Order: sequence, then C-alpha cells, then structure tokens
Amino acid sequence: MAERELMKGNDALAEGAVRAGCRHYFGYPITPQTEIAAYMSRRMPQVGGTYLQAESELAAINMVLGASAAGVRAMTSSSSPGISLKSEGISYLAGSDLPCVIVNIQRGGPGLGGIQPSQSDYWLATKSPGHGDLRILVFAPSSVQEMATLVFDAFDKSEEYRVPAMILGDGLLGQMMEPIILPPEGAGTTAKKDWAACGHGNGRPHNVVNSLFLQPEVLEEKVLARFERYHRIESAETRAEEYMTDDADVLVVAYGATARIARSAVDSARKSGTRAGLIRPITLWPFPVREIREAAARAASVLTVEMSMGQMVDDVRLAIEHSRPVHFYGRTGGMVPTPPEITAEILRIAKEGAPR
Amino acid sequence: MTVVYEKSAGLTDAPLSYCPGCSHGIIHKLVAESVMELGVEGRTVGVAPVGCAVMAVDFFSFDMVQAPHGRAPAVATGIRRALPDAVVFSYQGDGDLAAIGTGEIIHAAARGENITVIFVNNAIYGMTGGQMAPTTMPGQVTQTSPYGRSVDSAGFPIRVCEMLSTLDGVAYAERVSSDCIQNIRRAKSAIKRAFELQLAGGGFSIVEVLSTCPTNWGLSPIDSMEWLRKNMIPYYPLGIYKDPAERRRKEA
Repeated sequence: MAERELMKGNDALAEGAVRAGCRHYFGYPITPQTEIAAYMSRRMPQVGGTYLQAESELAAINMVLGASAAGVRAMTSSSSPGISLKSEGISYLAGSDLPCVIVNIQRGGPGLGGIQPSQSDYWLATKSPGHGDLRILVFAPSSVQEMATLVFDAFDKSEEYRVPAMILGDGLLGQMMEPIILPPEGAGTTAKKDWAACGHGNGRPHNVVNSLFLQPEVLEEKVLARFERYHRIESAETRAEEYMTDDADVLVVAYGATARIARSAVDSARKSGTRAGLIRPITLWPFPVREIREAAARAASVLTVEMSMGQMVDDVRLAIEHSRPVHFYGRTGGMVPTPPEITAEILRIAKEGAPR
Repeated sequence: MTVVYEKSAGLTDAPLSYCPGCSHGIIHKLVAESVMELGVEGRTVGVAPVGCAVMAVDFFSFDMVQAPHGRAPAVATGIRRALPDAVVFSYQGDGDLAAIGTGEIIHAAARGENITVIFVNNAIYGMTGGQMAPTTMPGQVTQTSPYGRSVDSAGFPIRVCEMLSTLDGVAYAERVSSDCIQNIRRAKSAIKRAFELQLAGGGFSIVEVLSTCPTNWGLSPIDSMEWLRKNMIPYYPLGIYKDPAERRRKEA
C-alpha cells in the first residue's frame, strides 16, 4: 500500500511527471511555479534525466520541441507571462504534431500582473494558445493529488493523439500542501514514435518534423487531418466530475481550485435549503459540453464561478445554448472567492429564479 | 567507365529551390559530404529554421527538424540532450541567427552545447525579398535601407564569429567563404573539422560561411562572387577565431 505524503502542489506535479517517465525538463524561473524547476533540478540527475535552465521561455519551449521531435517525453512549466512567450513554440509544436506537456500555474494579469492565483488564462489555453488553426489538450487539476496524477494523462493522451497538452493550474494549487498518494512509476501508454527525428540509422527514409507547407492544398489537408483527430479527442477524452447535480436547482460550474471552494459553497447552500450542485470540468479542452448540457437541463439556472472576469462562462453559455439563465461570479487580480461569497450568490440566484 | 564525381548521398533527389547562383547549394553539398565522409549519416539530425534555409529539411537526407525563426540552437539543444549519441547541427541564415535568434545562439554557445552551427551570412534577408539584415554592411542598399544602411539610425552590423569567440563555451569558430574554389575547399575542411570536433565531444562549434544572394543583391551569379570578395571579406575577415587546439592548451 502506497504511503500518504504531505506535498506542495508544484512538487507533486514534478514528481508525477518523473514517475510518468519524463526525463527531459526545460524551464525558466517565474513565480508561482518555480518549485517545479527547483524540484526537477534536484530530481532529474537522480533518475538519469535532463534538467536544463533555459535562457528564456522561448528557448525552453523550443528545447521541448527539439527533445519531443527526437522522440522523448519532454516538459516545460511556467506561469502566465511566461506562457505568452511560449505561444510561438506551442503553435509550432501543434503544427508539427509533436506531443509534450506544458504546465501553466496561473497568476493574475494582464502584463506582469501579480503573483497571486488566477484563472485568467482560460482563453489563452483553450481558445488561442498560439497562432493558427489548432487545439491543445487542457487538463485542470483541482487538488494536489490531481497535480500528481493528471500529468500522467497529459503525457499519455498527448502522445496518443500527437497533440501538445497543457496542465492549467493556478498559484493556489501550486503553492498549497496536501496529503497525497503518489502514483506508481510507469507510463500509461507508450505510443510508437516512428515519426521521430532521431537518426535514420540507414534503415529507413529520413524523417522530417515540419510545420511548413507552402502549397495551400497541402496545408489545408494537414489541418483537416489534425481536426479529424481533434474530433476523436472531443468524443473520447472529455472529462468532468459532478457533485449533487441530480436534483440541483442551481448548477454551479467551476474548475481547478475554484471548484474546491464552490463545493463548500454548494454544501452551505444545501444547509440553507437551496438545492445546489457542482459540475467541474477536468478537461477544459475538450470541454464537457454534453455533461454540462445534461446537468443544466435538470436545473433552473446556472452559475459559473472563476478567478477571472468571466472566460469559461462563454463556453458554458455555448454548451447550454441559452436554455437556462447563466450567471457569473468572479474575482480577479489574484483575489480568491470565498465560500460565503459563492453561497450568497447561489442563494440570490435561487431566490430570483423561484418559483419555477 | 569510372565515376569521378557524383552528388553526395547526404542530399536527397528533391530539386533545389534556391535561386540560380545562390551559394546555399554549395554549402549544402559541403555539409552533406562532411557527414557522409565521417560515416555518421545514420545518427545525424539537422535543424533548419525560418528563412531560405528552411527548405534544407527536404534537401538533406538525414533526419531533419524545422525550427521557429531563430530558435534552431534551442531546438538543437533539445535534440542533443535527448540523443546523446546523435550528431546534431543547425543550418541558419544571418537574420535568423544574428537578429531574431541572438539570445538562442549566444546561450547555446555559452553552454558549450556539443552541436555544430552552420551560419550562412549573405548580409541580407533572402526569403522575404531582400531587407536589411543584422550583417548588412554600412552603406549597403537593401529594400529596407534604400539609401544605404545608415549606422546613425540602424546601427552597426554584428560580427558573429568575433562576438561568440569571447565565450568560454565556444570550442571552435571559423569564418570561411563560398566565393571561389580555393575558399570552398577551406570551407569544406572547416565544416568537416567542426563535425569531427563534435564527434569527439569537443563542444560548441560554429562555421560562418560568407555567401551570395544574387537575386536580392541584384547581381549576376559571377558578379555576386566578385561583390562578396570585394565587400564582404574585408568587413568579415576570414580565419579561425577560436581554435580548439588553443582551448585545449589553455585548459591544460
């Protein structure tokens, strides 16, 4: 039986990555994710892996591109301003069909913003992680335990579909400590990488890892083929967790650390006699459209809670096609919503909506 | 019948897309021949970033990776760290290496990454149609320096080998030229020496090859070679800027 350990979110994620078989980490310091780099600098030499501190976020993501093109599991991590810099590389990784894991421990923005927790990079992660027609897988852990386990899924699914994967955390998840059970060593899947540029060994035609296709017909064909894969991901890899949604009148939608707080608010609302429930997207792309639509169909109204001015709420509205009123409550700039704030919002919405 | 000359097996059969008289063809040949002569083609991985050089992914018969503009040294670093036994090279133009990718080349050099950089300097942006490059010389007319490069507003060109040779991580830096048979032969031996050094785990090596861009210089191929000789070599003197033997002596 595995031992429970008290770990910080960033450390748990880093150890999870090592146990998932990642042996190449390229990073650059930025608060509040620097513990990941520090952990890797200590851990990688112990397992015969590579830790390299790049000169910039641009260099780090491109080192990931090179290592991934060569066929190994590679990862980088950063926080919001650093992810802006990684956008270029993410687009090239997507355009070259390369797997990798990118971690974003979000902080408040825009600009240099602050160093406190935020969820204001939802659009950046799910809508436009880089230029061009592209998608990346986005996983949203909501506990230190999930920081350690979702990184396995991120690597496995990224390699299975040859699509970059992002772990979208926040400063709260990165910095807090919780008792967790570390997953055992070993990759879930080992996809065959016959496309890798690792030297042809005089045994096959040369492999070219490339994102340039000057003929528009060829480029369109490449993008269409990639979107075929995206559609397969949407139908097979969507994940969400539901909490008391069966009889909920007010359906709360929240992800990441905010979902933890919203869950307490749901409990409080229930104690006050309002039937509330929570649906927590675990994958932000693919977005759990069907799950939210079905849960919303049983409810009178929907409340989306985020540490932003309202980004995921757009996807919630699209998912239910305005069949229910969709309310939003958010704090931003590094402010974290409290359970009483969310509870009050649930109760207000329930009162407004009754009788139904 | 005896075969006295044939195309290097380090090149594919894809027709070169470079303009007539462009010396990319010559430099490709030198790189391909060097790798084949060393017998390491099966474990060679090349990196070609944005610019005319991006086409190299189709022309070399080794495994190739296309990199974002300027990022080839970072991509090559990732490959090097993933494949300790591979022979890794980047093939970069002047805009790529000395402008947008300045950070990446300096730090790959400072780390002493065991890679070989082929730096093709023709003092102009080729693929985008002839704009001022970081190596465009004072007074040189380009599409974006129509009155000649003014050092007052555009500043001075960067001499890459001189700059990089100040870094301890650099094992070997040499500037060669592609303008005449004699210089091409010297270029070949420099490129081969850089790969040999990499195979011995010697560290970062860069060979800067002065080259021509007849299309954007607005000159015939022959006049371009002459222009290179008359204008580029005096500004970018040929020679060894960092000698691996010298470094070994210093370390001893």
